[in-house]
Amino acid sequence: MEISELKKIALKIRQRTIKTIGILGRGHVGGSLSIAEALAVLYYYEMKIDPKNPKWEERDRFILSKGHAGPALYSVFADLGYFPEEWLETLNQPNTKLPSHCDRTITPGIDMTAGSLGQGLSAAIGMAMAIKIDKKDNYVYVMMGDGETQEGQVWEAAMFGGNQPLDNLIAFIDNNKLQIDGPTKEINDVEPISDKWKAFKWDVHSVDGHSVEEIINALKKAKETKNKPSLIILNTIKGKGVAFSENLVSSHNMAVTEEQWKQAVETLEEEVKKI
Amino acid sequence: MSEELRNIYGKELCKLAESDNRLIVMESDLMGAHGTKIFKEKFPERFIDVGVAEANMVGIAAGLANMGKIPFIHSFTPFATRRVYDQLAVSVGLAKLPVKIVGTDPGVVAELNGQTHMSFEDAGIMRNLPGFIIVEPVDSVQLKKMLPQIIDSGKPTYIRLQRKETENFFNESDDFEIGKIKEIKDGTDVTIITSGIMLKETMNAAKMAEEEGISVKILNMHTLKPVDEITIIDAAKKTGAVIVAENHSIINGWGSAVAEVLCENYPVPLKRIGVKDHYGEVGPLNFLMEKYGLKDKHIFEEIKNILKRK
Repeated sequence: MEISELKKIALKIRQRTIKTIGILGRGHVGGSLSIAEALAVLYYYEMKIDPKNPKWEERDRFILSKGHAGPALYSVFADLGYFPEEWLETLNQPNTKLPSHCDRTITPGIDMTAGSLGQGLSAAIGMAMAIKIDKKDNYVYVMMGDGETQEGQVWEAAMFGGNQPLDNLIAFIDNNKLQIDGPTKEINDVEPISDKWKAFKWDVHSVDGHSVEEIINALKKAKETKNKPSLIILNTIKGKGVAFSENLVSSHNMAVTEEQWKQAVETLEEEVKKI
Repeated sequence: MSEELRNIYGKELCKLAESDNRLIVMESDLMGAHGTKIFKEKFPERFIDVGVAEANMVGIAAGLANMGKIPFIHSFTPFATRRVYDQLAVSVGLAKLPVKIVGTDPGVVAELNGQTHMSFEDAGIMRNLPGFIIVEPVDSVQLKKMLPQIIDSGKPTYIRLQRKETENFFNESDDFEIGKIKEIKDGTDVTIITSGIMLKETMNAAKMAEEEGISVKILNMHTLKPVDEITIIDAAKKTGAVIVAENHSIINGWGSAVAEVLCENYPVPLKRIGVKDHYGEVGPLNFLMEKYGLKDKHIFEEIKNILKRK
């Protein structure tokens, strides 16, 4: 797939995400928008998946450990045809199959239940180990938030993972630098992220999280690394691509009016046309 | 006395793993305590020791189960449950993954490890998590008969396990079904429902009572969840009084589970014998059981008391 196409896909993910949250009127805008390029690269370029069969046994797996970014992932799944696009309008509505945080038991395509922060990396390690035990060649990808890495379990998993030959495990940190209570740097600084994970014996890459080229390149290097897991730090902007949410602490979970989401969809459409 | 339960457990897991390559054993630095070293030797590729990191162990187990494996994970009861409660709730329970959690040294059995390692609420808090099976095998026969059922259940399961020498109460010909109470003996005046180390105390107390002409029915409630409501209600109807004896807090454990069933279906005089809302302390088993009122003589006293309430 062409790079330009992936850039368009990322913008389309943003469009569907802001519309999905906008129809509901409120949601996790910031952290959903910041991972659009990563999701575009993973689901439309990198991962071994079968859009016709979300449960294909031989697929690669993805865990959205920062489960609150569910709406961005749902907008990918709707586009891939895992479920009808109309489902997006049921986000967080009673009896929905698209809950605020990811639930593997009800949403087609969700590979692991997550959203209580800090738990996804451990599960990803378990899944990567199972793949090794079965002598298969699939990859497991996991997306954490930067604020999420304040959780102690992340470091239990980081230490253990770094001691395992899990070259089929690639973790991401969406380093959007903002958490609910303020800038991560002011609340409980997680930097230097790269040095910390290197000290835990991970193969570490730090990229512009809004550059599909850089993400693709980092994945290539990660896959060349043998006998240890890789971490790709995505340096991102929370709420990226939507003017009323960009780089705002309040974008973590914000109200979105009909006027706002429609305007945002229009603006993003203009961006698509420019590519 | 027989072989230590942990040795029997470790060997049984190996036997089951021979024909079931889904089985994985996980430890958090207590391999020796749980008799699983033999599994590490026989199946090194299916043995994972995460070090002292229980939350990570639960998460990895969830990931393994998500790929079709059946992990048995181990720690002492407080670290296997309350320390990792949210991980068990979200990564295992909510995700409906068949992780098998083995908590060892239940209640006062923690003995000299004392208050920090002595959990009286483990089974109770696990009972609150939807979808979990909770069992407390009383001896090696029951354990061996239950393990295949635990594996086949497809459900997350909490196994509250002693690991040292235990008396055998059952014969190889005895059968057990998860969720079905095992009758130890029939009786007409009072029912005692019990589990784990309290079975022996209960049997002794029943002998004392029967010397005074009191007929005691003993039920082994090896499964705390799902609760065998039918057997509990039938016993209440037959004997008109129920005592529950448990090596656990009387809050939210076996006594509470039985009380819930009886209050809603067939109220009869009920007495809960167990740990009365306090933390543990160091001490040999007998000292702790004396101090907390868990001995046969305490049960015998309560038999006499409850008969006056009928």
